[in-house]
Formats: sequence, C-alpha cells, structure tokens
Amino acid sequence: MRVVVLKGGRSLERGVSLRSGARVEDALERLGHEVVPIDVGPDLVKRLSAERPDVAFVAMHGVGGEDGTVQELLEILGIPFTGPGAAACARCMDKVQAKDAIEDAGLPTPEWFAFNQTAFREFGAADALGRLEETLGFPLVVKPSRGGSSLGVKFAAAATEVPQALVSAFSYDDRVLIESFVDGRELAVSILGDEPLPVVEAILVEGDRYDFEARYEIGRTRFACPAELTAEEERAVTELALATYRALGCTGFARIDLILGADGPWLLEANAIPGLTDTSLLPQAAEAAGLSFEQLVERILDLALKPAAA
Amino acid sequence: MSEVPEPTHRRRSHTSGRDLERYAGLFAERTGVMRSSAMRDLMAITARPEVISLAGGLPDTSTFPPQSFAAQMTRIAQESAAKALQYGPTEGFEETKDCIVEVMGAEGMLPDPDDIIVTTGGQQAIDLVCKTLLDPGDVVICEAPTYPGAIPTLCSYQADVVQVECDEDGMQVELLEQLLADLRAEGKRPKFIYSVPSFQNPAGVTMSLERRHRLVELARANELLVVEDNPYGLLRYGGEPMPPLYQLDGGDFVIYLGTFSKILSPGIRLGWAVAPPPVMEKIVLGKQAADLCTSTLTQYFVREYFAERRWQHYIDDLVEIYRARRDTMVEALRTHFPAEATWTEPDGGLFIWATLPDYIDTSDLLAKALRADVAFVPGQAAYIDGRGSHSMRLNFSGVDEDEIREGVRRIGKVIAEQVELYGTLTGEQRPPEPEEPSAPNVVPFRKAGEAG
Repeated sequence: MRVVVLKGGRSLERGVSLRSGARVEDALERLGHEVVPIDVGPDLVKRLSAERPDVAFVAMHGVGGEDGTVQELLEILGIPFTGPGAAACARCMDKVQAKDAIEDAGLPTPEWFAFNQTAFREFGAADALGRLEETLGFPLVVKPSRGGSSLGVKFAAAATEVPQALVSAFSYDDRVLIESFVDGRELAVSILGDEPLPVVEAILVEGDRYDFEARYEIGRTRFACPAELTAEEERAVTELALATYRALGCTGFARIDLILGADGPWLLEANAIPGLTDTSLLPQAAEAAGLSFEQLVERILDLALKPAAA
Repeated sequence: MSEVPEPTHRRRSHTSGRDLERYAGLFAERTGVMRSSAMRDLMAITARPEVISLAGGLPDTSTFPPQSFAAQMTRIAQESAAKALQYGPTEGFEETKDCIVEVMGAEGMLPDPDDIIVTTGGQQAIDLVCKTLLDPGDVVICEAPTYPGAIPTLCSYQADVVQVECDEDGMQVELLEQLLADLRAEGKRPKFIYSVPSFQNPAGVTMSLERRHRLVELARANELLVVEDNPYGLLRYGGEPMPPLYQLDGGDFVIYLGTFSKILSPGIRLGWAVAPPPVMEKIVLGKQAADLCTSTLTQYFVREYFAERRWQHYIDDLVEIYRARRDTMVEALRTHFPAEATWTEPDGGLFIWATLPDYIDTSDLLAKALRADVAFVPGQAAYIDGRGSHSMRLNFSGVDEDEIREGVRRIGKVIAEQVELYGTLTGEQRPPEPEEPSAPNVVPFRKAGEAG
C-alpha cells in the first residue's frame, strides 16, 4: 500500500511529531508498505494530490495536525486517514469543548471554568477570580484550552499564584481553563478501535508532583503498564475512558487521561493523536496487550481503511 | 567528471528499527539522566528560517576572509596533503600547541606545551575532564546560571551538580566557601568547580579580581580542582583585562580549557585543555579511547592561519563588530523591555542575560515569542534544578544589528502583552508601555541572577 506519513508542521510539538513519524515510517517499511514521508508545510495539498496515497498516517501533534485542520483537508481530498475524524480531533484538542461534551454525556470531570483573554482585558474578569477560587478551592490547575504535552499547564496553591499561572497559560492560547485539582493516581487509557488497551500509570520518581514539566522528562516519571489496579478499579476506569471516547466521537484510536481519586476516576482530557515515540504511552499499552509496534501500526491502518470493521 | 552514484538505500533497511523495546534492556543507566523535555522540543523549532534567533551561541563566521581560507587550504593541499590526511598524535601537533601558547600568551599565561592537549572543540575538553575525574554521584560545583552545554555532559557522567549564585562580579565565592563547609559537614568533597570567569555564558558577567584570588586560594587550601573554561577572554569590548585563574594559580589546581571556536571558527572543532601532568596523563588516555586524535586537517589549517600573523587582527575586527552589536542590543533592551526587567551589560563575550518580573515564565514566553518569529534561550536551560524560569539568554554575536533591534523589539512586544495581562489580572492597572524609549528609567548596569 502507498502510505503518506504526515509529520512535523509548525506546531510547538513538532519535535515529538518528527519522532513519532520516523518510528511509524520504519514500521510501515518493515511491513512492506511504500512510504512517503511528508513534513507538512504550505505545499501539503499539492503534494497529497501528486502522491495519490491509498491512506494517510497522521503522526502530527498539537495545533494544525491534531485539531482537525489536516483531517478536514484529508476528508475534502477523499484520502482515508488514521485516527479520529476532523470533528472529534477538534473536540479533543480544545479542552473547553471536550469538557463540555464530557459533561453533556454525564461523565465525571473536575469542576472548571473557562476564560478568554478578552474577558480579562476588556470585561474585568479578574474581579470574578475570587468567586471562582471559592467555588473550586485550592489547589487548582490552570491550562491553555488548546495545548499539548504539559506546555503552559500550571499549578496554583494559593490565590496569589493564579495570575502568574494565567499569564503562562495564555502564552499558548487565547482561552484557558481553570480546573479544581483532584488528587489521585494519574492514569492513561489508550483505545484502539473500540478496545481499551491495558491502563498505564504515570508515577513521579523524583521532584515535585505539581511540576507538570516533570511528567514529560525522561527519568523523572516512571510508567507502569499494566497499572496495578483492582478488578473493580480497572473496570471503572476503562468503562469511563470508553464512554469518553464515544462521547467525543473518536474513531481509530485516542488516549484518555484520568485521575483515579479516592472517590473514583475523573476525566482530565482526551488526546486524539497520542505520541507514537519510543517513550509514548500508546505503544507501551499496545505492547502490554501483546501487540508489537508493527502490529499496532498495521491495526491503526486497518481501522483507517475499514472503519466499519472496527 | 563522474557522478556520485545514487545510494541504493536512502534510509535504513527494513530489518533495522527504532523500537525502544528492542534496545531498552541494553541502555546504560546513565542514559536515564540524559533529559529530554518539552522545552527542548520548543528549541527545536527555533531553526525555522523566518525566526530571528537570539538563541544560538554562534560567532559570525561570515567575517572570515574567504580568500585567506582558500589560500591556506590550497597551501596545505599542495605542500602537506599526505600528512594533513593522516592520523596525528593524540595530544595534538606541537605546531598547534605553539599556536595555543601564543593565544594564551595574549592573556598573560605561559603554559608548558607538554601540559596541553588539543581536543575536538572545547566541548570535548569538558567531556574529557569529566571522564577523567568523575564517578557517578560525585559532587561538581558550577555557577548559577551555568553554561547550558555543560549540563548534559555533567549529567551523562551522573554528577551531583550543585550551583553557586552569580552576581555582577561572577560566582559569589563567599557562598562557595559556605557551600564547601556544608559539603564537608556531609562528608562530601567536590571533585571540581566549573567556572567561566570571563564574560560568562550565559550571564555575561566577569569574576572580579578579588574573587579570582579567593577562588584560587580556596582551591589550594581544599586541594580541589577548578576547571576554568575561557572561550571568550580575548573578545573584550570594555573594562580592564582580568588575569585568568590559570595564571593566578600557576596551573597546580586549575585545569584550563580554551577553544579556537570564538576567535577563528567553531566549524574546525579545535579546542584544548591544559592540566597538571598527572591529570593530563589520564586525559590523554581518555582522548585516545574517545577519538584517537583531533582532526589533523584542521590543525594544519590553524598552523597556516597563525603563520599569516593576522590572527590578532581578526580578533580586533571581531571585537569591533561584536561591541557594536552588544551596544545595539543594550539600546534595544532599554527601548523595548519593560521597566521591571533587568539585564547584564557584558564587557565581552557573546551573551546578555535578562531577567523579567517573576510572574513571567520564559519557557512559556518562548512559545509566544516563536509565534512572533523570534527565539531566545529560556533561563531554565542554565540551571539543573528548574530555577532560572524568569530569565533568558540573548546572543548578540550571531545576527546583524538590524536583526538584533527587530528581534529584541519582537520579544519586548510579547513581554509587554504579558505585563499588561498580569496587571489586568491583579488589578494593578498600569498605563500601557510607552512606545518611545524610556531609557532614563533604566539603570545602565543591572545585577544578574537577582531573581532565583
């Protein structure tokens, strides 16, 4: 099969995307496919039209590649592609939209508020912060609505730390959300087709647990897969992840991040195109399920080509 | 003329792979501490052509006369092709060492050529010193902030890095004394103290004479080694020349690292280390194991270049260019950075260290700056423990004056947006930053490292 691998682009997660793409290309070649790597730029549509691929493997993360933009183009060009469709990608990428959809489906997610910069700059939203802090309590988490990895995610232990956290989050997006912090175990459930893969737990080895950067630094976080969960916990977590996957309209694959608190699991966010690098969670989960990286890639391609069979 | 045949495989063959699971069990423990982070990924996109990068540490090699380069390489090809293409001694050629003695002499040092080893850039000199001196867990002391490029090297040897704050007079040696006492109480003895005393990377500050004397005394009294990294000593645009630590100490407890990168070319990858004979003996063994010898071709190039007797004139030219660029950057900072920002005004070297109000995280600011097509190094890169998040390193040697002005203007604009937003958020409404320069509000010399 002739497979274009879309990677890179201008997103802040370009580096991760290039690593995901390179690894996918190798696997595809080993599987005997004809691979055409494309570092996505202004000539994307021209190149796709010229290359006439059977399928596009989208190995892009962040704005542009994971938010439905590229998916929309592929839909228009009639090229089958891996991962969720344009609308689902847009919902997952935008945490505000995702939280809305999750709440509409009646699924548990930490309490939250969203603001855009205009609210602060023009309508004095700062005066509402006190009230919101009262509702959410401390500690709380401030996140850019659209952003990947841990970029711009800040923790505020007290009211005095909130403005600074907002300044950081607004560096990535015009809209941010402020979320109450739920203490618990950090879990990720990758879903392939309609099947949840074994749960991964992120365990901070070293440093401050509120340092979000640490989660993405090799050596500071250890990942356990499968996570040590009771049968009941595992069922609750995977059911919630699957329900979220459906509520967001995902197809192909996605990774759902949750917190397992004392009172059960809470949804944090969904990643439409989780990383596929050698340290990423989806491949780890697949491996725990007995799927090699090649088998994972082949399965993702199958799902893209015959979504009905999923 | 025959054409180069098309390679049969553009990429690796199908049987090889990048899969971690195939290799995971084979990695050394030290690879676990070689860190990769989201911030490092951000730095990867600073290479876009439309981005004005004040992030690099690049000298301006466009000023090197091509005809001189051509003449020297031609002479090498005509007169010494066989030797220049052959292996050389691990320590480096005597002729290269003569050039090094000349360069060090220009700063008042008189090393014994036998104490010198020619290395593949100054970076290898740092690596070899670590390889020679460090066991996993050994304490190394360096400045805060320190040369960002030293951190991965120290981490790969699993050093326990402790940083001592700098101020405008370089490493605060008083704090170092206290630290040494504390470490002694814990039963720890640092293996060495790494310092860039002149026109420091990244802070741009220079260690005072008094502190230099004190540092050397401390090293002697505690029988500790000081690793003096001096890539920029000859790139001085103001102030009085300072004696290198090596000169003050006489070379007993100071290992000196030098490089041709900033005074000639980083592309030739030529640096050196000067160490007491017993240490040098081990460094040579380490070098032999690492790469047998430094490029003979580029050593020949340096020899020919020094024979022209113009090398100091070239440095004089660089000093004129870089001084103007430093002045341009300082002027641009006064114009475009907010009144709460502070920055160093270095007497030499390649870098200015700017510190912003403590509600601005420069890693996040970089994301915003990249959208405005400008880049800098976030301060965290110069710390091992996550500090430095309100500071940034700005390079003024690698881009021309117009780009410096435009780059600083763009950074200033994104900072102004954050300052204004913060004001809105805290209710401390302040008038928007004036469009016109507000130079009188800015103290011409600001301390580095005031904010943690």
